[in-house]
Amino acid sequence: MELSGAQILVDSLKREGVEYIFGVNGGAAMPIFDALYGETEIKLIPMRHEQGASHAADGYARATGDVGVALATSGPGATNLVTGIATAYMDSIPMVAITGQVFTHYIGSDAFQECDVIGVTRPICKHSYLIKDSDEIADVVAEAFHLAKTGKPGPVVIDIAKDAQLHEALFQYPESVDIRSYKPQVHGDPVQIAKAATLIKEAKRPMLYAGGGVVLANASEKLRQLTLKTQIPITVTLMGLGAFPETHPLAMEMPGMHGSCCANYAFTDADLVIAIGARFDDRVTGDLSKFAPNAKKIHIDIDASCIGKNVPVDVPIVGDAKSVLTELNKQVSIADIDPWRDQIQEWKQKYPFEYEQKADKVMPQYVIEQIYKHYSDAIVVADVGQHQMWAAQYFKFTEPRQWLNSGGLGTMGFSLPAAIGAQLGCPDKTVVNINGDGSYIMTIQELVPAVTMKLPLKIFIINNMYLGMVRQWQELFHGKRYSAVDYHDNPDFALLAQAFGATGLRVEHTEDVVPALQKAKGITDGPVVIDFIVDEEENVFPMVPAGAGLGDVIRGLS
Amino acid sequence: MNPEERHIFSVLVENRFGVLARVAGLFSGRGFNIDSLNVAETHDRSISQITLVTHGDAQIIEQIYHHLNRLIDVIEVTDLSTGTHVERELVLIKVATDDPQKRTEVLQVAEVFRGRVIDMKPASLVLEITGDEGKLKAAIDIFNTYGILELARTGKIAMLRGSEF
Repeated sequence: MELSGAQILVDSLKREGVEYIFGVNGGAAMPIFDALYGETEIKLIPMRHEQGASHAADGYARATGDVGVALATSGPGATNLVTGIATAYMDSIPMVAITGQVFTHYIGSDAFQECDVIGVTRPICKHSYLIKDSDEIADVVAEAFHLAKTGKPGPVVIDIAKDAQLHEALFQYPESVDIRSYKPQVHGDPVQIAKAATLIKEAKRPMLYAGGGVVLANASEKLRQLTLKTQIPITVTLMGLGAFPETHPLAMEMPGMHGSCCANYAFTDADLVIAIGARFDDRVTGDLSKFAPNAKKIHIDIDASCIGKNVPVDVPIVGDAKSVLTELNKQVSIADIDPWRDQIQEWKQKYPFEYEQKADKVMPQYVIEQIYKHYSDAIVVADVGQHQMWAAQYFKFTEPRQWLNSGGLGTMGFSLPAAIGAQLGCPDKTVVNINGDGSYIMTIQELVPAVTMKLPLKIFIINNMYLGMVRQWQELFHGKRYSAVDYHDNPDFALLAQAFGATGLRVEHTEDVVPALQKAKGITDGPVVIDFIVDEEENVFPMVPAGAGLGDVIRGLS
Repeated sequence: MNPEERHIFSVLVENRFGVLARVAGLFSGRGFNIDSLNVAETHDRSISQITLVTHGDAQIIEQIYHHLNRLIDVIEVTDLSTGTHVERELVLIKVATDDPQKRTEVLQVAEVFRGRVIDMKPASLVLEITGDEGKLKAAIDIFNTYGILELARTGKIAMLRGSEF
């Protein structure tokens, strides 16, 4: 039977098991939205801005591990998706972004709401397709999902001309996908894995350094086995938090610019660094010439181009983290490194994350500690800025996919829509959104669908009336010239939440923090927003200044 | 800084809309150099071959290799500089020949470079010369002394010698 291209698209998405599509309607995508009208198998979630749609699809993917789907019209609809696509690309999140395109015969004519979406998104997606014929749709959808979720995951863009949505074609969904030019390497080279095992056996000061790739590969269990079997201390990056429980004695917590002193000192003194699904990002390494100067490096990564990109590597292993760790775990045993373990414990005890309780101020770190106490099992979706670092430091994550944040691109405005996606993907979990006053207002409009759907989101704003992380840099490096960071003209977020139809609370005193969090727990019929008015000029420490080595970390408290 | 080397990559790609833009965009986006680029269909019409000359230190060359491989439409990447290979480029040169004696000299020089005359007008002629980089440079330098009116070159194409593929 012949179906319209739009119907073929919807049926193809069903074949891929899509539960939700996050979208904003518009001219060149109307046939697709029409095909979704009254659809029950796939639920269409209308968002208020296309950026929100792409972040929601992303949050859904991060929380569930399944492919998130965003949908927008041509031109401005598509360009509004771009930030979300780039965000997903930088963190390797499986996503399919579908955009309507003007009629084929208008392409290239500067038609109304026309934009070269393939051109615009080329450097920020794993792959992209422009569809001009209805009969290409089923094959392209199958390929796009295959690409999005295999190998190194990432967003794939499908741009569909309006006539291809309208014209009819035969619906035939491919049983399997075979792309001759795309064969990701899953299994690591056994010779290299054996070499890695030997280095691990010989090392006196080894450390594990695990990143978001472990979460993406669903390899947390294997990582835990490796750590427990060898008893080697481990640091997990911002993108990997939860891959290994932060509460475990071997956990050194997050490394890097605002990471723990322990992890940073360990890098500086280690004689072996075992990197797994981590990419030696500049926010982790600091000055490369001073990074782990005495250490040999083993690097396990699905992406060959990531290995040796920033740091020379002694044993490169290209492969899927789960597969490689399964093999490696067979060849390792407990490491004979007691003096090194003692050193790590000493650093851990001497330099924990800590802050000073100022009189009459609500300390942001205290708020995070209390959020952790009350919501330790929740999925935490953070935005970008100081609150993100405090959340990473003071919330002790124990499970993969428990911590969602835009680590690579650092996209402010990510978290509220991402929390919506996460809550829909994980309806039985509590989803806590830790936001900043600057980032919250960037996508505040997505409170509308959250209220409409009665999602029980806990939205906690760490409000210091500043673009805090930038203000911190201005204080330290720009002579306190607070250019364009003063947000004292923020609206009253509690009242604003009420205007949206959510519960809104405002906390200005330390003694009100816990009662407010307890009250929020009881509100389950919709979102609750708590505006925590915190100390305005508190800084994030420890801090490795840009360009410094990890050993030069400023601990903050003297 | 490590020493920079010149490398020739042979890149087999799907013969599809937009593939060249993906390859070129990769180079501009990541700050890699393109010294010359040649694209054409192969004997299999579904596959195009890109011959790309670039330079960089060993780490950059390795990155280029991996990033090319990462593009979904790229079927195979070969760094021809790692084996013995043959390379050729074709150049068309329009040389000024405003008097008969100059014309005679130009024709003699063309002979030395095994150039072919493919067009002749009273005041100019067009030569076709094929060769590797050194030969073409020598030819262009000499013809420059007579006055080059126009020049077009194809960019390099190259392949590994017989048994190495």
